[in-house]
Amino acid sequence: MAKEKVIAVPNLTTPSNPVTFNEDICNGCNHCVEVCQIDVYIPNPEKGKPPMILHPDECWYCGCCVNDCPRPGAIKFNWALQHRGYWKNKATGKVHQI
Amino acid sequence: MSNWNEYLKQQGHAPDWPYPVRYDSEQEIDADVLVIGGGIAGCWAAISAAREGLNVVLAEKGDTIRSGAGGPGCDHWCNAPANPLSNVDPDEWAEHMADRPYCNGIGLQIQCREDWDTLLEMEQMGGKIRDTKDEYKGAIGRDAKSKLMISPRYTRVHSYVPGMIKPVTFKSNPENKLNNMVIRVWGSTFKPALKKECKRLGVKIFDRVMMTGLLTEKGVQGAKVVGATGFNNRTGEFMIFKSKATILAAAGGGSMWLLSTELGGYSNMMSRTSTGDGTVMAWKAGAELTKMESTGMIGIATGLKHKWYTGAGDASYENVPLVDANGKRLPLPIQGWEDAGAMVPGAEVEKEIREGIKSGKYALPFYGDFPAMADVERRATWKLMLGEESTTKVIIDTFNKAGYDESRDLLQSYKYIEGGSLPQWRDAGYGGGIVVDWNLKTTLDGLYAAGTQMFSPEDHSYCAATGRYAGRKAAQYARQAKASKISREQVEGEKTRLYAPVKRNSGMDWKELHAGIARAMQYYVSEYKTENLLKMGLGALQKIEAESIPLLYAMDPHKLMRSLEDSSLLTYAQIIVQASLVRKASSMPLSFQRIDYPALDPPEWNHFLTIKLVEGKVKTGKLPLTFWGNMKKQYEAYNKDYAGVYKKK
Repeated sequence: MAKEKVIAVPNLTTPSNPVTFNEDICNGCNHCVEVCQIDVYIPNPEKGKPPMILHPDECWYCGCCVNDCPRPGAIKFNWALQHRGYWKNKATGKVHQI
Repeated sequence: MSNWNEYLKQQGHAPDWPYPVRYDSEQEIDADVLVIGGGIAGCWAAISAAREGLNVVLAEKGDTIRSGAGGPGCDHWCNAPANPLSNVDPDEWAEHMADRPYCNGIGLQIQCREDWDTLLEMEQMGGKIRDTKDEYKGAIGRDAKSKLMISPRYTRVHSYVPGMIKPVTFKSNPENKLNNMVIRVWGSTFKPALKKECKRLGVKIFDRVMMTGLLTEKGVQGAKVVGATGFNNRTGEFMIFKSKATILAAAGGGSMWLLSTELGGYSNMMSRTSTGDGTVMAWKAGAELTKMESTGMIGIATGLKHKWYTGAGDASYENVPLVDANGKRLPLPIQGWEDAGAMVPGAEVEKEIREGIKSGKYALPFYGDFPAMADVERRATWKLMLGEESTTKVIIDTFNKAGYDESRDLLQSYKYIEGGSLPQWRDAGYGGGIVVDWNLKTTLDGLYAAGTQMFSPEDHSYCAATGRYAGRKAAQYARQAKASKISREQVEGEKTRLYAPVKRNSGMDWKELHAGIARAMQYYVSEYKTENLLKMGLGALQKIEAESIPLLYAMDPHKLMRSLEDSSLLTYAQIIVQASLVRKASSMPLSFQRIDYPALDPPEWNHFLTIKLVEGKVKTGKLPLTFWGNMKKQYEAYNKDYAGVYKKK
């Protein structure tokens, strides 16, 4: 096991990843950055890459970034573990979770 | 990688702030009409004023395209009695709605007379208001000719609770037909269309600008409002706006009693951006506020405001039968045609259910039985209502993508398993606000207010209609007003206050300060109110102002915005306490209970309590419960020139 450098950083916020990006589809147009009313994102320093979430703990979960993205599949909501909803198949009774 | 921490690990350093930082840079902007807040009310106000051919400027803390509570969408255009399918006369419906102590009769009359016209204009701008694609043919409430979709809400009376209001026979609806008062709309199309219309009319939009202070003539408190200050929350640049008329549309104040980012969205029903900025700006300028002592309890959903969907009692859950874990139908109202849109169980039903849960009669968890619905009704609720209502589209999309099929699967409800809100966690959001007259003018010359900014706000269509109205009135005033000088001294004072957190090298972060405010409110301004507790609360807040505000430290313009929002919250909280001290009586409609004055709504206290600053000192007053006079007569007297679509039936 190669020795990996370990840096000292504080705890991540909860949540820390309200959305995830598919780098193959997202082209860094930053439309999501512009529609966010809370301004949780910053554009990636590298042009063409997906934006970074700088203030994930401020996210209001309005979904506008995901809803308004012009490239289907580029951005997906990643509900924090404590926020994943449930449903039940009416016929079989099997319970599912997001 | 979209993670800040991944970037840090890979690059070995944090990214640079991506926007040019321009602290102390100034920009001066002139306007005939300045609109503060680019939400629903603000956009409509800007459009309305711009139609008069004036130079209109709109300043918005986020981006106008999706900002505010109405940004993500809207499912219901409520209280539209002038719509062609309505069976109740608008003035009669307005009176019915105003039959609630401490409501805003002026706003209600405007809403009832003008929100149908407003909706038609929304359509002209590109908003979708009818089932033009015939997706919901056969749904109850869908009119074949107009393709408008009527909602079951308020089909009998203006209430969500069965039995709360006695059945009414409206003079204009003697046969007791369904009122057809509320229209189901595709509200996700609205905000972008409103922004587009603003731009088309030449409104100068300043997005990412947080407004921080009003400017008054000679810098005097209580004098005419002549402009405002703000800053760009990405670059930190200082902005000075000069205006002949100013409209405040920055909504209310939220998250004063609770801050928890771990509980998914750390506010209450409102977005984090609702921090009372507009109310506090008005207060500091000397404008009169009212009903500030009224607060409610936060409705804790699973992580607050649609962070996850509770169903059962949530706004868009129309016609969905509710069942227990064994499929047994529950006596809960379903916001449907069968219960005239009732959403909240009455006290007896609530009791029966709780006892039933404990006795084993009803098994938890409960579910929304979407599969039991007729296909078109199910689609109307899932795809249209939940698809359009504010923050719920991303919820239904997530469910469907994860394999949920609404024709096959029961949707879990979290009612009764997530617990209720603590009484210490309250919400100032829908209570107090700015006092207005029939011009939606505040007590300060040159200053107007619209939407949730006013006391006793209502819904999306209320914000749209009152915004549109205020824009028209402010424009009228601006047309004949002379440009005034601003006070450089006042500007400098505000600039110093504004930049203080970024001039420090260390200190207290905004989240901690916010948590301190919340704690003071939880202890001293919540369920149990007494003179002593309220005074301790005021003392605690004043201590935070004196000792902790001077420690606020912000590392970038965004955190500067959050720090200044804390400042707004702190002032707003103090106004709540001041108003609470004055009301020496308890009140049911105000959700206000004092242990030391337990009498509920004694007649000598049945009036609005007003509060304002005069030469820096708090001054209180009264207004009669119906200070606006006869709603129909007054509206007509003030609006002889209104040439809208609405015509008297």
